Formats: sequence, C-alpha cells, structure tokens
Amino acid sequence: MSKQMLNLERIQKDYKTALKKCKRRIVVCAGTACVANGSLEVFEALKKAVRAKGLKVDVKLEKHDDVDCLFSRSGCRGFCQVGPLVTVEPSDTHYVKVKPEDADEIVEKTIMADEYVERLLYVDPVTGEKCSRTADIPFYKRQDRYVLGNCGRLDAEDINQYIADGGYTAARMAYTELEPKQICDMVEKAGLRGRGGGGFSTGRKWNLTLPQKSDKKYIICNGDEGDPGAFMDRSLMEGNPHRVLEGMMIAARAIGADEGYIYVRAEYPLAVERVQKAVDDAEKLGILGEDVFGSGVNLKLFVMEGAGAFVCGEETALIASIEGRRGMPMPKPPFPAECGLWGKPTCINNVETLATVPLILRDGVDKFLAYGTESSPGTKTFALTGHVANTGLIEVPFGVTVREIVYDIGGGVTDDAGNILEDGFKAVQVGGPSGGCLTKDHLDLGMDFDSLRSIGAMVGSGGLVVMNKNTCMVQIAHFFMKFTQNESCGKCVPCREGTKQMLKLLEDIIEGRGTMETIELLERIASAVGKGSLCGLGKTAPNPVLTTLRFFRDEYIAHVEDKRCPAGQCKALAMPEILEDKCIGCGLCSRKCPVNAITGEKKQPHSIDPDVCIKCGVCAEVCKFNAVIGV
Amino acid sequence: MACQNCKSGQDRLSKLCRIIEKNDNDPSKLIPILHEVQREFRYLPEDVLAYIATALKLPPAKVYGVASFYSHFALEPKGKYVVHICDGTACHVKGSMNIYDALCEKLNVSEEKSTTEDMQFTVETVSCIGACGMAPVISINGKVYGQVTAEKAVEIIDELSAQEVANV
Ligand SMILES: Cc1cc2nc3c(=O)[nH]c(=O)nc-3n(C[C@H](O)[C@H](O)[C@H](O)COP(=O)(O)O)c2cc1C
Ligand code: SF4
Ligand code: SF4
Ligand code: FES
Ligand code: FES
Repeated sequence: MSKQMLNLERIQKDYKTALKKCKRRIVVCAGTACVANGSLEVFEALKKAVRAKGLKVDVKLEKHDDVDCLFSRSGCRGFCQVGPLVTVEPSDTHYVKVKPEDADEIVEKTIMADEYVERLLYVDPVTGEKCSRTADIPFYKRQDRYVLGNCGRLDAEDINQYIADGGYTAARMAYTELEPKQICDMVEKAGLRGRGGGGFSTGRKWNLTLPQKSDKKYIICNGDEGDPGAFMDRSLMEGNPHRVLEGMMIAARAIGADEGYIYVRAEYPLAVERVQKAVDDAEKLGILGEDVFGSGVNLKLFVMEGAGAFVCGEETALIASIEGRRGMPMPKPPFPAECGLWGKPTCINNVETLATVPLILRDGVDKFLAYGTESSPGTKTFALTGHVANTGLIEVPFGVTVREIVYDIGGGVTDDAGNILEDGFKAVQVGGPSGGCLTKDHLDLGMDFDSLRSIGAMVGSGGLVVMNKNTCMVQIAHFFMKFTQNESCGKCVPCREGTKQMLKLLEDIIEGRGTMETIELLERIASAVGKGSLCGLGKTAPNPVLTTLRFFRDEYIAHVEDKRCPAGQCKALAMPEILEDKCIGCGLCSRKCPVNAITGEKKQPHSIDPDVCIKCGVCAEVCKFNAVIGV
Repeated sequence: MACQNCKSGQDRLSKLCRIIEKNDNDPSKLIPILHEVQREFRYLPEDVLAYIATALKLPPAKVYGVASFYSHFALEPKGKYVVHICDGTACHVKGSMNIYDALCEKLNVSEEKSTTEDMQFTVETVSCIGACGMAPVISINGKVYGQVTAEKAVEIIDELSAQEVANV
C-alpha cells in the first residue's frame, strides 16, 4: 500500500463495521502467567465448543460476513493470580480460573443465553460477594488503568484492532501536524518523567537531543527490565506492543531519529515475538518504513534480544551491548544525547515511558496533568507481589498512598500460607535492588518520585514487594545485596569489591558472627560504594541496606547484640522454645531430639536446654500441636 | 563411523555459516549471532566460538569475552531439560530457595555442578521470569509453572524422567 493511501480512518471504519456484525467477543488472557496456567487450552476448548453449536467463529476480523463469536487472545490483565481469565463482551462478564472443561458451560450459558456461570465468577474474599463484571472486582476498582488501559482487552497481535481503537493517530499527528520542537515541548509541559527508574523529565531529554547536529540519530526503547520482581514492561510489550511502537515513532520524530532499537531481555521470548510481529505488521501496512505518513521522514526499527545482564539496562551499557560488546557502562558525560550508539546522538527511553507518550498527544497535556501529583503527573504501573492477598500488575495515579495500594487494591497482608493476617504488615520494598523499604510509618505516604526519594527509596521500575511481620529485614537486605553483587559488571572497584564485602558482613550478621562494629563497617562501606561507583548499579546498590538500617535498626541490633532474629527466620540464631500452653507433654520431641536437649514429665509441658540444643529443628517438625516455635 | 562424523561436522559448519551470513558477517551483530548459534547447538562450544571469531574478523578473546559476560550464553553443554528456578524478589519471598534445594537434592546437583551426569537435567536459578503474580515460579525449557512447591517441583521432574524412560 502506498503511504499516501494509508488511511487509518478507513481501517478503523472497516474494522468497526465488521465488529458490529459480530455478536460476541470472547477474550482469553494469553499473558505469560495465564498461558502457564493453561489459557491456550481454554482458548481452543472454547473455540471448539462454540463451533460445536454450529456458530460461526472468527479469530481475526477481516471479512464482512456475520460472525457469531470473535475470539481474541489478549496480553496480561494484571490479575494473574486467579488466571486463566476469560471475559465475554459486550456484557463484560469476567471469569476466573477457567479450565478447558468449563468451555461447554460458558458457551451454553453465556454465549447462547446471556447467563452467568456462577461458579466461575470472582468472589470478593472480604464481602463474599460474587463479581460478574471486571469493573466490580475490588482489585480493579481502585486502579486507574490509563497506560495499561487496553492491555488485556486488545488482541496484541492484531494491528487492525489497535488502529480501530484510535491507534497510530497520535503518531500521524506527530509526523504531519507537529514540528519536532512542538512535540518535545508538549511532553515537557505534560511533566512526563521517565518510568525506567531515574524519573528524569522526558521532554527535557528530547529537547536536549533534538538540537544535536548529526547525519544520524537513534531512538532506543529500553525493554531490559532486569529488576527482579518487576514485569510491567513485559506486560506492555506483550499486551500492547503497538502502543510502544507508536511511542517510539513519536519519540523518533521529536528528536529527529530515523533508526531505532527495541532492546528486550532474553528471558521474555513472548515479548520478543510480539514486538517483532508488531514491527513487521506496521511495516507491511506502511506505517513504519520509508516516508512515514507522507512526511518524507523514514523510520526503521529493529528488535534486539538481550542476553541476561542486569547492568545492560544502564544506558551506556545498553549501547555497548547493541554494538556487540560486553555490556559495561561508560562514564558520563558524554551523555548518549551527544554521543550514543555508534557515536551518534541517541535517546533512550523506557517501555512504559514510551507507551505513555501517545496518550499525551491523543488526549492532550491537560488530561495527563489531571492524573497524579504536581511534580509527578500521570500514572505508574507497579508489580504488586509478596505477602499480599491480590498480587499482580496494577496502575495507579502518582500520589496514591501505600495503604491504599496494600489494603484496597492488594486486599491486605497475608501470612506465608496466603491467609489474611490482621495487623501483619511490616514493610513494602519499593524499587528493587536500587530502592528501599517503607514501613508502617509510611503507610500514608503518597507514592511519587520526590516523596520516595526523600526517604531514601526510589520508584525504580515499580516493583512493590509487601512483607509480613515474619520477614527478616536483614535477610531482605542480604537478598538484594546478593543480586547486585552477582550483577556488578566488575568494572569499578567500589562496586565490585564493596558489594562483596557488604554481602559478607550481612552474612556475618545473619549467621550470628556480627557485632556492633559489623553494622558500623557495613554503613561505612555502603556510603563508599554509593559515592565511588561509576554507574547507577553501584551508586544505588547500598539503598536496600541503608533503608533497612535506618528503619529497622532494632532488628540488626537484635541480631548482633542478643543473637536473636526477631522474625525467627535466621537459622543460625534460632532458639527453639516450647510454648507451655500448647505443649501437652506427649514427649515426641524429646524422643526425636538427637542430642537429648528436651526434658519434661509426661503430660506436663516440656522444655529445651539452650546450651545443649543444636538447632536442628526436628522438635518443631515432629510436634503435632505446633508447640515448638523459633526454629 | 567416520563418514557419519564427517557429515555431521559439515552440517554443523554449514549451519554456522548460514547464521553468520544471515547477519551480514557483521561483527556488531555478534550477540544476535551467538543467540542463534546457541539455539542451534544448545550451547557455545569452544571451536564454534573460534570459528565465529574468524568469520567476523574479531579477536577470539573478544568473542569469548562477550559470550562469557552474558549469563544467557552457556559455554558448557546443558542437560536436555533446563530447569530455571526463579529467585526474583517475589519468588524469593515466597520460598523459591526451598524448591531449588529440593531439586538439587533430588537430582544430586549443586551450584558448582548444575547438570546431571546423564545430561538430562540442568538446574539453575534466574532472577525473575516476569510471572511474579504466580510466585514462586519455575520454568523448564521455557515452559512456565506457577505457584510451585518443593513437592510439586519434584513431581514434575519425576514425570519428565518417567517420560524419558518410556521414550527409550
Ligand atoms: C543498573 C541499571 C539498570 C537499569 N535497568 C533498566 C531497565 O531494565 N529498564 C529501564 O527502562 N531502565 C533501566 N535503567 C535506567 C536506564 O539507564 C535509563 O535511565 C532509562 O531507560 C531511561 O528511560 P526513561 O527516561 O524513560 O526512564 C537502569 C539503570 C541502571 C543503572
Ligand atoms: S558501578 Fe558496578 S555495575 Fe556500574 S560500572 Fe561500576 S562495577 Fe560496573
Ligand atoms: S532443635 Fe533439635 S536439638 Fe534443639 S531441642 Fe529441638 S530437636 Fe533437640
Ligand atoms: S497473564 Fe493473564 S492476567 Fe496476567
Ligand atoms: S520474581 Fe519470580 S517471576 Fe518475578
């Protein structure tokens, strides 16, 4: 198709006409988690069941025939925990934990008779009420799914569906109605801050890249998402890849780039596949390629698969990796904006940042500014995980409090078995290995770039790990330290050696060898690593340690002074104890104890001699009355 | 049989050539080339790395340096089933290391020696598979399993082993 003839409205109209002739749409979630739980089998079973009724089925609306049922596979909807998810439109009936065996009943009741299959509805665990529509589910009610909006509704692999939904009109606007400078200014005025962690103004970054004089400039989409526990970029790339491409097109226009890379981490094969398909389809349709929207400007996009190095998320390391080198960071300046990929001006943006951009052009700056806070406008996606009833991907305006996220959306804190634990909240770790911990005192803190920074944490990529009172904060600090120590590229000494030493000191504390000096030394090294490291990895590596030291110092002190782990998690410090009121004196523990540390009369509460006990934990294991605690 | 070896050797070479040619003999495409070669051979044998270096006119040390830098590239052969246990934050908090320990014990492997003697299984930890909503998560040859417990993981391994026996 020639570019002049590319008519988005026509595609939109055709698709909508075809959609009108289609009575119902069944959307099966085909995000990573739902697929793992068998959603593709559900998809096939539903298709078969519909066909068995003699109904006409379509998976891609191209023809103008009457269709009884359109089938779409969507990306992740965020509520992976209760997947596989199936929705039926137009009624927006929302089924959870669907199995292939349920297909016949869904078709019979919901497709043929507009009734619900009661047992597949989500039950609100708090009120016990059944939620028939997506919008009734508390997990979704308190969210503002703006950037994620169509993730989970669109068929990610159907470009026409994206266009029918108004897709690529913002890109067309950028290429045919706006000057690059205008786009940069618009995004700067909207106050969009990078979602990749740093929170730097996107418009300002573009405004710095635009005036660079060069025969060639590059735009890079950072889809490395190395942060453990985070999967928002993955969901966007899998669930709405065209939105990411559209954002890249706008960014490329804004800075004057005609070539770009989407760097996706290797652990995300489905994202690689879908983004590549999106690029191919957009090229085929004439959206990407030469003479974009008849503007005379070209744009070529490449997908590159990462190879498993966290540090490659850092801009200069990412560039080295695309150039085929080891992904080691370089000192800045020069910034990529001046001298980036192959020495040319380059702009790197995060997936979510880019996916937000089309919305700013489409809906206007004011609508964007209406979300969030003054210094952090817009919404942010978070990966809510850990000891919380509802885990999954959420999106909220900046400024929403930790309490609202944990209790209203997350449904409250749970114990290790997943039951609601009243009063169980201990901390939320935000921002992953570069971030920090929030405590009870921060429950009413609004989540935004500046509030989090003010207490030493970071929005980071948006991982939110809720931790209950049985979590040992020293172990959490150790966990992140181990991660950064593993991932340090080794280029600079403070990061390479410092993280190793910090890890050792944390190990000493966990294993009962720590003293007050250990804590002091840990703090001193942490500050040196933060100051002396070259890139963000080393600079922020001490954050999890420093924030836990700041907010949970008591716990560190208990480990080194009393040789006690308040959460009862550190094996070496464990001291089993028999609860008098629970012990019925069956004597099983004393018979199993390998060192005869347990004594007691029959039918009387037993006790443990701490000097003899070797902390093997056998007593706790064998006790049928849960009377032994502390191992 | 010598002939057989020779033939398969040639196959290997021609596959390698095809991959390198497809990437325009371009040294900056080293990482995509290594990806494709690894998909083909399941790891990056030393002689293959040397060949790639020659073909791209790069010093072998550079090719080796890149291959060893990235954790996705394997310089040793891996088992038929590569078991990845996620130890990302969400999975860690939900007890992923118990799963790792159970599988290591079951298959008699460790961090130092992650592949079983019979080359059936390789057990490794990875940092986040991106399915954290279902933590703890493991993946076996790319297939993701969610809400896994140590017992369930052992069961999955048992099933796979049984399949192997049945297939022989
Ligand atoms: C060690 C390290 C890892 C990073 N990982 C990522 C990542 O996975 N994804 C990302 O978008 N940004 C990551 N960043 C931040 C990027 O370097 C960069 O600031 C960001 O991609 C810019 O995009 P933004 O302005 O849209 O946020 C990382 C930074 C460091 C120091
Ligand atoms: S701070 Fe760490 S990761 Fe960054 S360049 Fe230095 S050694 Fe490498
Ligand atoms: S932990 Fe082991 S050694 Fe200590 S009392 Fe219990 S059974 Fe005996
Ligand atoms: S993968 Fe289906 S809801 Fe996340
Ligand atoms: S932390 Fe395990 S899948 Fe993300």
